[in-house]
Amino acid sequence: MGNKNLSIFSRNVPGSTDILQESTVGIAGCGGLGSNAAVALVRAGVGNLILVDFDRVEVSNLNRQYYFQSDIGKIKVEALAGHLRAINPDININMHAIELSYKDTPEIFKKADLLIEAFDNAESKRWLIESWCSAFPAKAIICGSGLGGIGRTNSLVIHSSGNIYFCGDEESDSSMGLCSSRISIVAGMQANIAISLLTGSKEK
Amino acid sequence: MITVNNRDKLKWEEGMTVQEVLDEMRYSYSLITVTVNGKLIPAKEYDSCILEDNSDVIVFHLAHGG
Repeated sequence: MGNKNLSIFSRNVPGSTDILQESTVGIAGCGGLGSNAAVALVRAGVGNLILVDFDRVEVSNLNRQYYFQSDIGKIKVEALAGHLRAINPDININMHAIELSYKDTPEIFKKADLLIEAFDNAESKRWLIESWCSAFPAKAIICGSGLGGIGRTNSLVIHSSGNIYFCGDEESDSSMGLCSSRISIVAGMQANIAISLLTGSKEK
Repeated sequence: MITVNNRDKLKWEEGMTVQEVLDEMRYSYSLITVTVNGKLIPAKEYDSCILEDNSDVIVFHLAHGG
């Protein structure tokens, strides 16, 4: 732990902070899902993140993504890293402002204990899952699928098989429009599963 | 017997492939990802992946948005 200031975690669940501080979570995509999941993970005590996103912050992102007016035009991973360090200055962030590919995924995320899939595009979600599962079959991937529209809170569920977890309703999509509260729930579900897996909790 | 999404049951037949199960279940939506007994099957292997009896097939739907 070195000289890290862990007092921000004094209200954490006992026993969780040390494990999370040593954990590394990969986040593929830093939009609505990825940025909000990253904040939840850092507040929970995750010590190491690998952030990937090629995009810059646009004004239309602000209805749901963890960015501010002053971030517009900035590279997302850099803006997000700044916000995460404002929560915990000791966090170790490895960031890549690149367009991820099937081929690069294993190398970029090789140090991650698990991956949060937070892409926008459904076809990209599929190759990311295939690349991750091919390279790291024993490590979990936590995906978001079906988070468009308003309300229908009860339709947001976890569906899993092996080391693959899906959060969302697996039906609604971005063509319906995107609402911050619904996306934050799914991002929170993804972060919650990650924390459960990392800390060895039985209930996901 | 093949179980799909912990719910639907299909009669197992010798040589049955993942693609045949998807066709039988009328999964015409192309944006899916599939596991068999907890292991991911890449989309290009749906035609060649042969199922054993009592396989547990899970179909996830991929929707745009993130």
